[in-house]
Amino acid sequence: MATRTSKRKSDYGPIYKGHEGQYSWLLHRITGVAIILFLFAHVIDTAVVGWGPNAYNRVVRVYENPIVRLLELGLVAAVLYHSFNGIKILLVDFFPSLAKHIRVMGIVTLVVFLAAMLPITWIMGSQIIDLLRD
Amino acid sequence: MATATEPRRDAQPPERSPQRDFRGGRDRPVGGFELWSWLFMRISGLLLLVLAVGHVLIMHVQDDGVGRVDFGFVATRWASPFWRTWDWMLLVLALIHGINGLRVITLDYVRKPGVRLTINMVFYVLGFTLFVLGSVIVFTFDPSKWPGYAS
Repeated sequence: MATRTSKRKSDYGPIYKGHEGQYSWLLHRITGVAIILFLFAHVIDTAVVGWGPNAYNRVVRVYENPIVRLLELGLVAAVLYHSFNGIKILLVDFFPSLAKHIRVMGIVTLVVFLAAMLPITWIMGSQIIDLLRD
Repeated sequence: MATATEPRRDAQPPERSPQRDFRGGRDRPVGGFELWSWLFMRISGLLLLVLAVGHVLIMHVQDDGVGRVDFGFVATRWASPFWRTWDWMLLVLALIHGINGLRVITLDYVRKPGVRLTINMVFYVLGFTLFVLGSVIVFTFDPSKWPGYAS
């Protein structure tokens, strides 16, 4: 009798698709980790200001790189998403009766986040384009 | 480290409707350190809403964004005690909020107590070091040590 040695994808059942809340929870976690990892580096690069203008200006010159500026746009997005989703968490925690509207609140969070990112992407995007022109 | 993150036990059994299961965040801890940690995350989060979002909009979006930041910019900005206080509060709250977040994540994914403790200790030591470094720089920075650069 033939026996299968390796497991096939179907042996694990269908892919689990959770509620919207699961994805906002995951995004909150990912953006949070991204921000704290950036903060570790950012405290050190800012501290270089204590070593005088030559050292500090050399450090901030890293921001003249357009790829770094794109990452910076990602950082701003992470901070804003984490903040807006944080407001949602605070509201539900302190006003538990809102929990029945959590789906709508999640959608509102996303809409507010995207609405804020629209002008920010425009502004930071034109800064990056200006940088490429120089 | 004792962790108490199970749902609150009220006199009545907790209501569990499908809508209730949609809630964001985690259940409020029963008490002790975890309850204070839970409360701290919410209060510091509220403050960081102003401090961090304001910081990001001013430093990374306004005018030429980070393109205008250099030694002279920092010297002018930190001439004001208001911005030094802002930046120091942001430093302290963001470090504690972020490292407590990493602790919560470590408790979720790392099972072995020894590994847990090691990972958390690395973050605590790193956080404390950065707190000291950042505080010293924010409060002792004196651009007059480099005449000609301070505006």
